[in-house]
Amino acid sequence: MGKKYIDVKKIKRRILLEKITKVLVVLFVAVIPSIPIWLMYLGLIAQAFSSKVTVGIIPSGFTLKNWRFLWSTIQMGLKKYPNIWPITMNSLYLALGTALLVTFVAGLAGYALSRMEFRGRTKMMEFILALHAFPSIVLLIALFVLLNKLGLYGKGFITLTGVMITKAALEAPMGAWIMKGFFDSIPWDIEWAALVDGCNRLTAWRKVILPLVLPGFAAVAVFAFLAGWAEFIMAFTFIREDRWWPLSVMIYHVIGEYKFIDWGFLAALSLFYALPTIIFFIFSQKFLLRIYVGGVKG
Amino acid sequence: MTRLKNLSRKMLPWIFLAPLIVMIILFWVTPVGITIFLSFTNVTYKNFVKFVHGIEGAFNYTLENFNKLLGGDPYIREIAMITLLYVGSVLSINAFYSLALSIAIVYFIRNEYLSTLMRVIWLLPRITPAVVYGFLWIWLIAPDSGPLYQLFAAMGIAPQNWLLERPYSQFLMIVVNGYVGASFGMIIYTSAIKSIPEDLIRAAKVDGASDFQIAKSIILPLLKWPMLFVISWQTLSLIASYEQILILWGSYGATRAAGTTVFAIYAWFKAFEMGEYAYGATVSLLLVAIGVVLIFLYFKIFGFHKLMQPSKIEV
Repeated sequence: MGKKYIDVKKIKRRILLEKITKVLVVLFVAVIPSIPIWLMYLGLIAQAFSSKVTVGIIPSGFTLKNWRFLWSTIQMGLKKYPNIWPITMNSLYLALGTALLVTFVAGLAGYALSRMEFRGRTKMMEFILALHAFPSIVLLIALFVLLNKLGLYGKGFITLTGVMITKAALEAPMGAWIMKGFFDSIPWDIEWAALVDGCNRLTAWRKVILPLVLPGFAAVAVFAFLAGWAEFIMAFTFIREDRWWPLSVMIYHVIGEYKFIDWGFLAALSLFYALPTIIFFIFSQKFLLRIYVGGVKG
Repeated sequence: MTRLKNLSRKMLPWIFLAPLIVMIILFWVTPVGITIFLSFTNVTYKNFVKFVHGIEGAFNYTLENFNKLLGGDPYIREIAMITLLYVGSVLSINAFYSLALSIAIVYFIRNEYLSTLMRVIWLLPRITPAVVYGFLWIWLIAPDSGPLYQLFAAMGIAPQNWLLERPYSQFLMIVVNGYVGASFGMIIYTSAIKSIPEDLIRAAKVDGASDFQIAKSIILPLLKWPMLFVISWQTLSLIASYEQILILWGSYGATRAAGTTVFAIYAWFKAFEMGEYAYGATVSLLLVAIGVVLIFLYFKIFGFHKLMQPSKIEV
């Protein structure tokens, strides 16, 4: 009897020890290293809405002064930045265009790869996967030459469109890959059943397949939209005229000018720009995660 | 008639694939060709316009760029070291640290909400647009006013300028990219851990195994493939990732002082800051070559089918 009593005590101590170690591991691996992330985003919000901030994140005094860029032009000495709204439209154009192109191209290709039998299918899939893994950004210099050769450089709106098409092309293999996955997850039988019941291929596609893959299209579209919205390097390198900058490029330049001087203004501007991303992320977290698992660059 | 039908059946897939193929040829294959071509020329900002307009005699073919890359450029050795440091360090964060992070988040934290909250927090650096993320770091470590600067200063670490003083600047480069990369590993690992059959863990528990023993003897061995996947995938993207370095440092002078000039950004500066397009392309070509070799290697190691399902677990 006595022996057993000691055992229980020992086990209890072991469990307690384990619990403490577990809490410590969670603390040192997951919680403490996340402090900079907390600081960043709490600070971003605090800075954007308050007139005075202590220790970077404790706000005092609510103000909308930092958001003045929404109704007036940003000016620094003699340097005048273009109005925020056309710039926002540029970003929107870039993002929506990318989303549209990628969804169209990837939807078609994904369907063919998943549902059709043709010679070189496996090779094609291998190639697409290889492209998806390949870091396309190293091709930037060549793309610059290409845009120049095609006469798309230094032409304002046309250059922006060029950036959009390039961005879409770089995102397309990944999109095709994801769409293929979505088509794969729909059993053949459903399409067969529709065909047997007298639908033609187009009706079967529209009435049966489309509703099932719609989430896939949505996911690819959202993902491409966010990629276009966040696009920086190509736009920064290729677009000369400030009138045709997307938000990312303008913010980059404004940060260079205003850092150390007006953090609140920069925070508000950054928050304005990051807002669509955050909103999309909240609403489509599950889709996005599914895509991220499929692989992402960065 | 049947012949025609056959033909159209054969053509249909290619019609569906045509837009993608056109895009790939124009924006992937052609640029690789251009990169190779440029490497053998002497195109700089001086003859660039003539080169673009295809004026005869605008440029010459030369091997000079390769001579530079293989020893003529005195800075190459240091850049190679920095790239190695960068890729190696960020990779270990992405592959190993994020493993500990995932186990802590999905297995040690039992509260569902807390676990989700931690995952979302760790995902933020990845989903935030790069420019905003970079700005937030500039702000965090701004001398005196930055909250992280103050935090470190309180612990006695207070360099004049985090951005320009080695080794702090290099530490910063690794950490900034590490936070983005950690979530990649985290996503892959957490979904892998979640797909481990509950029975396996329960059986071990019945046999009296502790959570640590389970993590060590069950979870870790099962994560071998996902880990290999994360390492190989991230190596590829890391050799070419320079967006954050460009956003934080912005000029060749700054990265040189800070010791953050990796190959990829060196190519960018050479081309777009100094106008040495041909030499920049040569540096890029080195990265393209490394990328292609690695991809071939991965296909050999993994086999196509394993790559197709990166997060599948083999029990």
